[in-house]
Order: sequence, then structure tokens, then C-alpha cells
Amino acid sequence: MSTAVPLVTVRAPRRGGRAAGLLRGTGPAGIASAAVIGVATIVAAIGPLLAPYSPTLPNLALAFVGPTGGHALGFDYEGRDVLSRLLAGAQSSMLGPLAVVMGALVAGTLLAVIAAWRRGIADAVISSGLDILFAFPGILLAVLAAAVFGAGLPAAAISLAIAYMPYVARVLRGAALKERSQPYVAALEVQGASATTICLRHIVPNIMPLIVAQATILFGYAMVDLAAVSFLGLGVQPPAANWGVMISENQVGIPQGYPLPALAAGGCIVAVVIAFNVLGERLFEQAQARQ
Amino acid sequence: MTELVLPRVGPGGNGDRPVLEVSGLRKEFGDLVAVDRVSFTVPGARSLAIVGESGSGKTTIARMIVGLERPTAGTITTCGRDRSSPARSARERRRRGSEVQIVFQDPYTSLDPRQTAEATIDEVLRLHHGWPKERRRARIDELAGLVGLDERQVRALPRALSGGQRQRVAIARALAAEPRLLILDESVAALDVSIQAQVLNLLADIRDATSVSFVLISHDLAVVRQLTDDAIVLHRGVVVEQGPTGQVLDSPQHEYTKRLRASVPRPGWKPKRGALLGAGEEPATP
Amino acid sequence: MSVSPVGAGQSAAAIRPAEPLLEVDDLTVRLRVEGAQRSVLRDVSISVSPGEAVGLVGESGSGKSMTARAIDRLLPRGAEVSGRIRFDGADIMNLSGAALRGYRNQVAMIFQDPRAHVNPVRRIGDFMTEALRTNLDVPAAEAYRRAADMLGQVGITDGQRRLRQYPHELSGGMLQRVMIAAALMTEPKLLLADEPTTALDVTTQAEVMAILDDLRREFGLAMLFITHDLELAAAICDSTAVMYAGQIVEVRESALLHDDPLHPYTAALSAARPDIAQTATRLAAIPGRPLSAFEAPDSECAFAPRCPHARDICRAENPDLIGLDGGLSRCARAIELRGHVLPGSAEGGQADD
Repeated sequence: MSTAVPLVTVRAPRRGGRAAGLLRGTGPAGIASAAVIGVATIVAAIGPLLAPYSPTLPNLALAFVGPTGGHALGFDYEGRDVLSRLLAGAQSSMLGPLAVVMGALVAGTLLAVIAAWRRGIADAVISSGLDILFAFPGILLAVLAAAVFGAGLPAAAISLAIAYMPYVARVLRGAALKERSQPYVAALEVQGASATTICLRHIVPNIMPLIVAQATILFGYAMVDLAAVSFLGLGVQPPAANWGVMISENQVGIPQGYPLPALAAGGCIVAVVIAFNVLGERLFEQAQARQ
Repeated sequence: MTELVLPRVGPGGNGDRPVLEVSGLRKEFGDLVAVDRVSFTVPGARSLAIVGESGSGKTTIARMIVGLERPTAGTITTCGRDRSSPARSARERRRRGSEVQIVFQDPYTSLDPRQTAEATIDEVLRLHHGWPKERRRARIDELAGLVGLDERQVRALPRALSGGQRQRVAIARALAAEPRLLILDESVAALDVSIQAQVLNLLADIRDATSVSFVLISHDLAVVRQLTDDAIVLHRGVVVEQGPTGQVLDSPQHEYTKRLRASVPRPGWKPKRGALLGAGEEPATP
Repeated sequence: MSVSPVGAGQSAAAIRPAEPLLEVDDLTVRLRVEGAQRSVLRDVSISVSPGEAVGLVGESGSGKSMTARAIDRLLPRGAEVSGRIRFDGADIMNLSGAALRGYRNQVAMIFQDPRAHVNPVRRIGDFMTEALRTNLDVPAAEAYRRAADMLGQVGITDGQRRLRQYPHELSGGMLQRVMIAAALMTEPKLLLADEPTTALDVTTQAEVMAILDDLRREFGLAMLFITHDLELAAAICDSTAVMYAGQIVEVRESALLHDDPLHPYTAALSAARPDIAQTATRLAAIPGRPLSAFEAPDSECAFAPRCPHARDICRAENPDLIGLDGGLSRCARAIELRGHVLPGSAEGGQADD
């Protein structure tokens, strides 16, 4: 018997498609964050081209000189234009977390969906394995990886991806289990569709909002962790431009009265991380509301 | 109603072989015996009702027939082929899908919310036939016409459709596989009375046009009367009565069937307090 | 409503029972949905006398549940309400605090899904005696004794044991009986039952209906019984009101409703139901689908697009309720269609185009 009937049976047509609607639903804070992320992405893509001066060529005579005409943020500890170095550094600062998030997402989604689909023993084994991984903090794994494979971005990114994977898998497993028990999945099974088809074409797309939300939140965490790793000297190696590295290099300037280079780099990280966190949380709420 | 051209029957003939044969079916969930010693046959082009209340095992039987549960004991044969154990190959799975299909009760969760009706039906067509796009398009139009969906509705997402319209999509999806047997698991129970009448008429039209057989799982005796030729009555996992629907409803033999019949509201009916079957109170089940 | 014989053509205003317990007058409710104000109830008027059982029947979007909620002051925040609801002579729309609690002690509501309306971590006894202990200052021991008694009234024998159980230990039918017992604890004068048996098995439904009927008579309760099932309402209600698109379209003595309905919608609803005693080649289905209040234009009869008896007059304006043979019908052609509303009778099946 028809009980609750949705009060709305006709909907106003959405303008701009799904993505625009999703963004609109995140409110002004979400939209502002998306804008910040957008700017950061563009800079990451074409940063080195935007940089007015060389980001890597040192000129010790200009070390820690303050902002002057044409050099809005002054010079860093090696006399390099801070703004140019920030612009160039955006690339590795954004790409690193991207790699981490992609890795964690793919592996996490795969495990979550397999566990949800097969249930029973497979689920128990996967869940236990993930529980073990939870015990390892990301940075610890990254340091271990650096010790074993040598310092550098790839090792750091891979180890962080492994550390983040259980978080993704845990959240997605619940959502995937819920989808899996819906009658439309049963209908597809009765049709004779294969498990792979059903999982890839139906379950994953239906939990996609959650996946996107997770990815966004994780990006922020990955950025902080990678910056920390680079700060420790185990990630991106100098003289390559990278925000985390810049904090490390320029920290000597802070007690000397030249905080701008280090703070500028820190500020970029903070701004982007906050933007990702805010947007991610909003998207997460939206996704939960849908479920 | 559109003229629908469906292949009449596969090899094996027209009614000489039963569409469904169930024998000695039993299902245990741990200590609980949900279904026990259930046997029945559905001849070609005839429809059967499985009547029962909650805990009777009727949904479990439906799930076993379509392969969503595995029987603990007993056999299930459709179109002469055994399906008591899980399909071993993708081809076998698809073949079984083309023999028996199911329409679920809840119109709000039985469709993928991200797929239009068109895409849903198309997916089934692609699964069972290697047809080119044009032919699939034509078939989708035919099926939409058969179940009474217009252009807008076919292209709509489920959230823009009412409960009755969604059930029509679910029926079209099931028919796209050209099954010999359609399991209707309380498929009209969640619909308004006026919509229920439309869908029941639709099912009768489909039956007349395609000779598909129905197995109707329902607790609603009036719906059962309207749509089926034969009926079995289940109580706590066991068949307590079976026979032609009219006979079972007009002159029930078993106590439980009599009680069921007497509980149906009709003009002039007055409910009376009486002892529940077997004990003063029902067992507590979550 | 205690109906007195009235001649054809008398307006609804003439039919007013003496001293009604509950009086709903011209209730109109609009809710904010997706930014727009949507009508869910339009000019609903209904009254229930002490000890009387009135059925409220309708399909999706008819507004039957919303009416019950309005009466029990359970409308969502931001609902625009106009019209009046009076209980025992007093306006209840503006009650708050202690007065509202007092009102709720006198009007008990039973919902469709008992599990959704009960706190799973509290024992049955706690929840049954709560109103007595907190609102009416009855000592706990006395309250529990009364609760056990009441459980006996609804057919649950080992009351003491049941009081200590948690909701999940009871089946659906059992829990609904507990809800009925709980509702009766404060000795209310009016019972609002919102589809109380829809989620139950048919045999359990019969038992629960019988309990409701018995207890109602024994305690002299008035009842507003909401359901989608015409025959179910007729079984225990003296009179039945039928709703469509947020309006009352017919009020009739239950015994007459099936064989002699006044409104084409009621007739169509009856005829659309399959008959347990025989198989029809095809059912008399109503084309189209039931409308909600906000989908129905105010300028014509809401049922006209689907009505086999519709004529131009039906599309000219939204008809008022007309008194006829002791009942009410919101049909412009009610008088001329009298006796011919059911499909298969003389006029049936001829629609204007």
C-alpha cells in the first residue's frame, strides 16, 4: 500500500547539469572553496609559465629582501622571487596529493565493493585487513618508505595512498552494502548480468557522490601530510619548488625577522587545504542526505 | 494496446511441458526452517498464486525460483531445465534470466535511480540479444507501448515517475528478457487502489498477448482471484491447501485458509475477536 | 456526524450535529516544498460526535493523513494553516505548553508503523505509563497496574512480563496492540487512527480491528479512522468521509456507501477493487492517477478529468458540498446522477469530450 508519497512529483528542470546542481547545493562557503580550488588547479597547470622570474636560480645577494617593485612577496633565503617559486611550486604541491587520493580511491573503492558484493568470508577478511592498516599513520609509513626506497615524491605518495585507503574503504563499504541489498540490484542479478557489470555500472555510480566527497576531504589531508614529508626532507627534494619544501627552507628567516617567504608558502597550503575540507564536508553532507 | 510480436514459445512446445516444477523444496536459515516440503507445478500459459502472510515462506520461495537464494533441499525446474543449484557460467545465468523474471513490490527501490526507463530496458536487451541499436530502439518503443508508458515517461528518471509508472517500467524491464514465467512478488501491494486496477488490467493484457505465465505472490485474496488460475496457501513454510483459485477461495478446506478468507474486509463484514491459530498470542518476531 | 434526513439541494451548512466533540471548519493547509507554497488541504470540514466513529478514506495525495496531523497538531513547522479546529468547544490551534499536553491526553493517535513511533531503548512499561506518571501525577505502581490491565484489554495476557520487554521483542501485530493500549491509558475522548492496520497481515488486521471496535464501544470513545480501504472503514465506522485532492468529496453513512454512493469518485473507487468472489475479465479502472491538492486547479472539479460523468458544468468551478439523502457530495451533478453513479448503471461510461 502506498504510504508516504513524495509531495513533489514534478521537478523544475535543473540548469547546468548535475555538477552545477551539486555545487549549488554546497552553499556560498562551498562555492567559494570551489573557486579557490579552481584557481589553485589552474596555477598548478600553468604555474611555471606564469612565474615572472626564475623559481630556481639563486642570487644570494638578494636573500630575504622584502617586497619591492615587481616582487610582490620579496625574496627567499636564496634570493629567489617568492611569488615565482610559489607559482611554480603549485604543481608538485597539488599533483602529489592528487596521486595519493587517486591511489587511495581506486584501491579503497575496489576493496569496498568486493567486500560488499561477496559479503561473508571475503568481507570479513577484507575488513580485518583494513583494520590492521588503520593502525599505521600516514607519515610513519612515508618515513619507512623513504628509508627503504630513498627520499622522493613517488615513494611518499604511494605510502600515503596505502595509509589512506582504509578510510575510503570503510565509508564506501557501508554505502555499497546498502546499494547491494536494493531490489534493483537483485533484478539485475535475476536478469543474468555479471557481478562485474552490476558493480561497475550500477553500484559504483550510485555511490559516486560519496566517493567524490571522500576524495575532496582526503585531498586536504594528503596535502598536509605530503607537505610535512617534504618539510622533513623526505619528499620533494630541493631545489625543486614545492610549498612544503619552501616552509622548510625558509624557516630560518622567521626568528631573523623575515617571516614572509615561509608564511606565504604556509598560507597557500592552509588556504587550499581549508578549501578542500570545506567543499568536501559539504559534498559529504549532500551525499549522506541522498542516501 | 500495441500489437506486440513476441516469440510464442521456445523449443519444447506449447503447454506440454510445465513452465515451472517445484518438488520437495526446503530452505533452512540456520535453525529456522522457512520452507518445507513444498511442491507445485505451473503448466504453460496458466497462472499460480502463492498466498500467505508474513513468515509463510512465500517470498523465500520466489527468491529460490529466480536464483537469489539456494534451496537447502528439493528441486526447481523451469522449461525442463534444472535450476536447483547456482548457474555456473554467464551464459547459463543469462539463459535462466530469459526463462524467469521478477517484478518486486517496492516501486521506489526496484529501479536504478540513475537510469532512465529507456536505459534500463536497453540494458536488458543488450544483455540477452546482440541486436543493433535501431532494433533495440524499436523494441523499447514496443514494450513502452505495451505497458502504457508515453515518450516523456520512457525518457524520464525514476524520481520523475509515480509509483504506478515505475511498476510499469519494472514490468517492461522484465518483459524485455522475453520470459516464459513472470514472478510478481506483491507487485501491486504498494499501489493505490485505482492504480492497482490499471496495473492488474495491464498484466491481464500482457498475459493474453504473450502467453506468459504468472506466479503471483500475494496476501491480497481479491487480487489473487482476479489474476490467477490456481492457488497454493502457505502457512509457516508449509503448503496447507492448493487447487483452482476459485475453489480454494469459495470453499476453503483448511482451518487457516478459512480464517484467511474470513479476515478479508468486504461489504457487510464485521471483525470479530477470536483466538489466533495455534496459540493465544503470536510469537514475537522482530 | 449524526446525520439527519435532509432534502435534496440543502447546503452543507444545514447539516450540523448537536454538540460535536471535534469540529474541523474550512481547514486549509499549505506547506513549503522546494521553495514554493503547496496546498495539501483545501476547505476540509469534518465533525465527530462523542462516541461516534468516522472513517476517512482516500488514496495518495488525498490529504487524509495530513488532516489527522493537523488535528493532532503535528504539522511541520512553516505550515500555513487557516480555518478552525475545535475540540470540546475550545480552539486548539493556538494551544501550547501545559494546555497542549492536556489536549493530547484527550486525543490519542495511533500510527501506521508502531516501530517508527516508539523508542527502541525503553521498555514497554516505561513508555505506556509515561503520560500518566508525568502529566497526570499518578504514582508509578498504580500506573503500571493500569498498564497491565490495559494490555489484558487488548488481548495480551501476561501483562506484567510484557511491560518489562523491549519493543523489538514483540511482533508487529503485538506492538500495534500495545500502541492501542498505550493510547487508551490517558482515557482519551477521541482516537485518531492513521492507517493502524495497513502494515499488518490480514488475519492480524482483523484481530486488531475487532479490538479497536470493542474497546471503542466499551470506553465510549469517538474515533477518526484513516485508511485507503473503503470496506475496512465501513466495517467499524458509523459514517465515512471520502477525500480526493485535499478535499472532502463525500460523507455518507457507511452502510450505504458501497451500494449507493453519492460521488462518482467513491463509486469508481469501489468498482476498481477486484472482487474476492469472482474474476472480472477486466477491472473498471479509473484512467489517469490520483491528484494531490496542489496539482488540482481551483477553477474546476478536481476529479473532472478522470470522471466518466463530467460535463461542462464540472469544469466551470470547484463544486461545493451538497446535502443529499443524509450525506454530502461535492459533485455539481450529484442530484441528477443519484442512483446512477456506479459503473454499469444507466448513465455510466459516457463522458464529454
